[in-house]
Amino acid sequence: MALNTEKNSYTLLFAIGLVVIVGTLLASVDASLKEKIKINKVLEKQQNILYAIGINENEGNNVSFISSDKAEKEFKKYFTKQIYIQDNNIIQDDNAYLIDIKKEKALSKDPSYNRKLPLFIANKDGKNLYVAPIRGKGLWDAIWAYVSMDENMTITGIYFDHKAETPGLGANIKQRFFMDDFIGESLLDAGGNFRGVTVSKTNLDPKNEDKYDNEVDAIAGSTITGDGVTAMIRSDLSLYQQYFNNINAK
Amino acid sequence: MALLSKKDTKLITDPLSDNNPITVQVLGICSALAITAELEASVVMSVSVLFVMGVGNVIISMIRNIVPSKIRIIVQLTVIATLVIIVDLVLKAFAYELSKTLSVFIGLIITNCIIMGRFEAFALGNGLWRSFLDGVGNAFGYAVILIIVGFFRELLGSGTLWGIAVLGDPIDKTGLYALGYENNGFMLLSPMALIVVGIIIWVQRARSKHLIED
Repeated sequence: MALNTEKNSYTLLFAIGLVVIVGTLLASVDASLKEKIKINKVLEKQQNILYAIGINENEGNNVSFISSDKAEKEFKKYFTKQIYIQDNNIIQDDNAYLIDIKKEKALSKDPSYNRKLPLFIANKDGKNLYVAPIRGKGLWDAIWAYVSMDENMTITGIYFDHKAETPGLGANIKQRFFMDDFIGESLLDAGGNFRGVTVSKTNLDPKNEDKYDNEVDAIAGSTITGDGVTAMIRSDLSLYQQYFNNINAK
Repeated sequence: MALLSKKDTKLITDPLSDNNPITVQVLGICSALAITAELEASVVMSVSVLFVMGVGNVIISMIRNIVPSKIRIIVQLTVIATLVIIVDLVLKAFAYELSKTLSVFIGLIITNCIIMGRFEAFALGNGLWRSFLDGVGNAFGYAVILIIVGFFRELLGSGTLWGIAVLGDPIDKTGLYALGYENNGFMLLSPMALIVVGIIIWVQRARSKHLIED
């Protein structure tokens, strides 16, 4: 049978058929894999947060997380307390790490809404480490990070990730040479005011020996991603300063 | 009978030289500029395109006789997008680490004109096996250029290959850097990728004169 593929009615039917087939296929694949993907995402979050406090399997210059089957156990072991701050109240929530920062940031566009600020407190080698999740914009899409700090808001570890930065350029924010530069940088200036950490083209300190300048070296060719990192640290971490002032005053 | 007839072999070898998708057909230039700052990214992209081209060409060839020509471009786009999304979902469920590496390439694959170009120019008019060979051949042709560009950009731009420092440490001034050599940061930016592709085209046309158009 020869099909007349030029007829309008055929074209229309073909389009409808295609949409139905493709739609059903995609929906069923998505539905059947949803649970597995969700579990993977939670485990990844735990791995990332553990990475920030230095629980990882880094060797040489590679970034490597602890294996996903150990993540849950280790996460429970170190993170003894999880809270979120809302409206100056501190609320305990053992699943604070699952709070969706993207959603919170979107809600906070409404000035009457005080966004939740999650903070995960780990006890490592007898010291308290405070991990805050932050989120901002890179060149193409979202970038985010988990920042581990001590009581003085000095960064002890950081993990960056991104959705779609350019491989080889902006995507390098998740490389050791960039992330490790942040370790030891203070978010405050000498007077205790919040300054953040600037990703700077004029830092001229590639090994980042000066830990008190609130600056790290930028990556060549990724100015906008770097500016995004600076802005994200400034806007999101400054919100936590009040909390740290309070615990230090006690 | 040999597995590949002479004509079939040409489908694989032609895109590697005289009918290269990037340097002769000028398809897939955008991704060749975008992701070749590192050798590793070039290889990952090449493998992804190899997979999508091979399978995609076969699917398009399979439905070539029932696709209405008025909406064929949309149909092609739907096929690629569906294919890529399903692969992405399966990887997310069963090989999460790998899917993280590939996630940035998804958009680049769906919009890669080399894939659409081969669907349109070849798979719509040829049988399954030949379409498959054409897809694989063009993906290899694409890969060759990507890897050459990635090699030079990473070597001259960052002094590394596959993330491993091969020229010494630029900060500690060891190896070549001790002699005053400097990385050329400009190599990391897209314009230099275009210039490298241009040099490849130049070399290729100087060697095979019949490619030169008047």
